[in-house]
Amino acid sequence: MTFTRRQVFGLTAGAAAFVAVAPRISFAATDDTEAAIKAFTGGAEPATGTVTLDTPEIAENGNTVPVGVSVESPMTADNYVESVLILAEGNPSPAVATFHFTAMSGAAEAKTRIRLAKTQNVIAVAKMNDGSTFIDRKEVKVTIGGCGG
Amino acid sequence: MANPKPRVKVPKKASKGEVITIKTLISHPMESGQRKDKEGNLVPRQIINTFKCEFDGQLVFECDMDPAVSANPYMEFNAKVENSGTFKFTWVDDDGSIYESENKITVE
Repeated sequence: MTFTRRQVFGLTAGAAAFVAVAPRISFAATDDTEAAIKAFTGGAEPATGTVTLDTPEIAENGNTVPVGVSVESPMTADNYVESVLILAEGNPSPAVATFHFTAMSGAAEAKTRIRLAKTQNVIAVAKMNDGSTFIDRKEVKVTIGGCGG
Repeated sequence: MANPKPRVKVPKKASKGEVITIKTLISHPMESGQRKDKEGNLVPRQIINTFKCEFDGQLVFECDMDPAVSANPYMEFNAKVENSGTFKFTWVDDDGSIYESENKITVE
């Protein structure tokens, strides 16, 4: 079987995409991070979906990595997102920030800039006012670490 | 330490019920407590640990920050406005200092 030039390009791109996605499948969180998530959710295992973490794939400077989080919610007085916890697994201390929203927020979205010590997973855990919790993880590759120095 | 200067961007006008985006930035070193000086001693932690946004006394958005938030902490978030009023922004430093800023908005 012979490949055309176009097919070869398509295959290579597909393989590259798979390799890039593969490491995300293994979510090996450190103990500290697990403990922080448990403390935040009250022991419950958070479901995936609903919360979306927006991070760059590669951060050149670990001192300022833009991070955004958004949660799907109508944000009314009886159905809103209470808080969102941001964690960085590979930092000396995983806690980054906790956002607290109210019905006055209108939309459960926030953006900030964080420090990342090395290439690692950034985690967002959202807690609704009814107590349900949701999680999202994204890997960020860091070229120059943002701690110590 | 230089006096931290807050900078806030709030639209001057909005329509009733509109969800507006607010951007804030404050100049602050956010000393993480991980860094060492030339002699190898740890530089003590000094960060802004809480940021709060209120609209006419009602809480809109609050953020607890840890040392992993970058220097000159930037925050972008939303608020739903139903009537004209004043946004009040408060930053609380580890040393107890409080930095404040106020912005008016007109709802048409």
